[in-house]
Amino acid sequence: MVMIFSSLRLTADHPLPFQQTAVFERELCKMYHKEKSIQIKNSASALYNNLSVLRIAPRRLTYFTVVHANVVNMVSASWDGLNYSHRQLQSKEPNVATSTSLIMQVAFCVLPSRDLLVVTSQKGIQIYESDGSIMVYWHALDTSDAPTAQAVFARGISAVWDNYICVGVSSGAILVFDVPSKGSNITLSEVLEEHKEPITDIASECSGSQECIADLVSADDGGNLCVWKSGKEFQLLNKIPGFDMSCSSVKLWKGIVVAGYGTGQIHLFEAVTGILHAEVNAHARWIYSLDIAPFSGLLLSAAEDSLVRVWHLTVTPETNSVEVAHLHNECVTDTQICGAKFCDGDGYAFAVTGYDLSEIIRYTQL
Amino acid sequence: MSSRTLPLLFINLGGEMLYILAQRLRAQNTPADKAKKVMNDIITTMFNKKFLEELFKPQELYSKKALRTVFDRLAHASIMRLNQASMDKLYDLMTMAFKYQVLLCPRPKDILLVSFNHMDAIKDFVKDTPNILSQVDETYQQLVEMYTPLSSGEFQLIRQTLLIFFQDMHIRVSIFLKDKVQNSNGRFVLPTCGPVPHGTQVPGLIRLFSCTGEEVTRLQFNNGGNYTAALREGSFETFGDRVTKLGTNMYSVSRPVETHMSGTSKNSAQHTKINTAPNPLAKEELNLLAKLMGGLEIQKLGNADSGFRVNLFATDEEEEEALITRPDELSYGVINIQATKDQQANAELAKIMGEFTESGDQSPSASSKGDDLLAMMDELQYVQAALIGEGGWRDIKQGQQAAVSWDIWQ
Repeated sequence: MVMIFSSLRLTADHPLPFQQTAVFERELCKMYHKEKSIQIKNSASALYNNLSVLRIAPRRLTYFTVVHANVVNMVSASWDGLNYSHRQLQSKEPNVATSTSLIMQVAFCVLPSRDLLVVTSQKGIQIYESDGSIMVYWHALDTSDAPTAQAVFARGISAVWDNYICVGVSSGAILVFDVPSKGSNITLSEVLEEHKEPITDIASECSGSQECIADLVSADDGGNLCVWKSGKEFQLLNKIPGFDMSCSSVKLWKGIVVAGYGTGQIHLFEAVTGILHAEVNAHARWIYSLDIAPFSGLLLSAAEDSLVRVWHLTVTPETNSVEVAHLHNECVTDTQICGAKFCDGDGYAFAVTGYDLSEIIRYTQL
Repeated sequence: MSSRTLPLLFINLGGEMLYILAQRLRAQNTPADKAKKVMNDIITTMFNKKFLEELFKPQELYSKKALRTVFDRLAHASIMRLNQASMDKLYDLMTMAFKYQVLLCPRPKDILLVSFNHMDAIKDFVKDTPNILSQVDETYQQLVEMYTPLSSGEFQLIRQTLLIFFQDMHIRVSIFLKDKVQNSNGRFVLPTCGPVPHGTQVPGLIRLFSCTGEEVTRLQFNNGGNYTAALREGSFETFGDRVTKLGTNMYSVSRPVETHMSGTSKNSAQHTKINTAPNPLAKEELNLLAKLMGGLEIQKLGNADSGFRVNLFATDEEEEEALITRPDELSYGVINIQATKDQQANAELAKIMGEFTESGDQSPSASSKGDDLLAMMDELQYVQAALIGEGGWRDIKQGQQAAVSWDIWQ
């Protein structure tokens, strides 16, 4: 099938060969429909990747977090749709009663031994237990050596391997924290200084495959991507240069980097070599969020243009080929979307947040 | 977040304010010389050198309260007077207009083009007055120097900072509702059609490449909208075609300016409640206010003929009605003097600001005013300060008319 694909130049005028048509028709039947929204206490702020989801199967619950200025809105939703409970976390340094600062991003970090919630703000990094009940760690950002006109903040969060949480900083540095299997003895293990521009997003290899060499990718405001191998000392495997346009969201799956840009384009690169496999003119405005459902290869993209799109990625390592197919559009009318995440590993459901919107909109497959 | 946001916020809001005032002055048949004086006075104050120096310093955005106070001051930089209701309405219109422009900007960098549109209009207002014109030209230079080198990511950070400032504001504006750019729930219409931003391709194309870099496949998909190719880029220099219409004057004599107070969403009420809680004015905010007042030429109070009131509503009755019916949660809560234990200190502070309208006292010299204020503030540890009208200190409760009338200008 791949050989046929590569010799055809397909446009809307040319019909697909029979096999591909059949595949597409099956895929296109996987349409989504809108479910009941979850109301949140405040509206979402216009920040990249402003939605994080944690599925807790044993308790039949899903946690959602959405940032509003200096507050994290947390909702715990039971799978039967009957119980919702809310919690708010405010970003402030411990021991300073009145100080607040704006939060840039919040994300759940899933490690083999524990799940944690990481909050990054202008002041620093806070790590909580996944239900937001207790803060287990606080790291203040050093503001002293930044030139005054430069904003100082932390942004970009990912868990990687068994015991690391990586957080990006506006200077371009990436802080690597070593997380014990329990307790609050989290330590700063390493500072990776490769990027020169503010970090926008960080992602770890999510396919679960042990064969992937690279297990972390980081992106910055210049569109530059760094590919890493985690360990006691992180190794820089590759640097993919940007084109002077911010890469606001990035994902790593089966050794493929999926990057979303301010131009509305999505690029797919082979992580270790930097080979460009695909270029998609995906959105008419700045992309704010990407997500991948690792078991099915579904890709979710969302942008300021009010659209959420679902794609299908096929990665065939034997032939070193990557395919992208478009499956579905959802338009959230008059809303600039700032967060979009699948709610499960198959991509059966996804959730969306938008600027000035006080709800989490949900969609499930028919 | 971004420490370069304040100048853009101020210049764009100021520009909108001038558009609205110009329209109201025309609608009220204000004599041309008075109207011109008002516009010139406000623009002179806006572009006061010391004030702009303070403004352009890298800093976090001011609180909503502080910014509102600055604009109250600015609106009263001349012989024109606005009642509380009119000032509230003016501020509503200014902020909703700029929120609209920020949201609709195709690229974050286009906020600079919007700013240039406002600057171009301001320049046109004062084109016959060389000394003000030169102040405006200098500001153009500062904008170009400060903003044109910024990256796309830095502009997006500025935009995100502005959007947090405008979060949850859904005041309905008549002119927006009529033009169908705002829905009846107060949210702006974001079309999924029209030209894509400069530098963006029309969505719909997937290109797949081989390992050697050759394109092997092209696929089209339905983009769910009706997009066209990008327009040419606007000029980022001190002059030139900006291409975008955002930031140009949308008011004219025949298009009245109205806002609707009813039907605000519950969430917007929640949010503004948080903002109207007592909040100390930071030292930096006081600095800015002081610089602004320092740059102001005090209007001689004795000359009642030159002063006049502008109404943002069609009639005086409407204005009064608007003040009474304005929902509490939408009051800007412009700052009250905390009752201090030391009554004498209170009186001293009021005296420092001079200008008791009843007695028509002359104020102390403008330049020392700022320093005195700061010194006084530190000493007396005032948590909040009120500033309405011609430098007079008033105790204003939310939503109520000032106890002491300053309508002697009518």
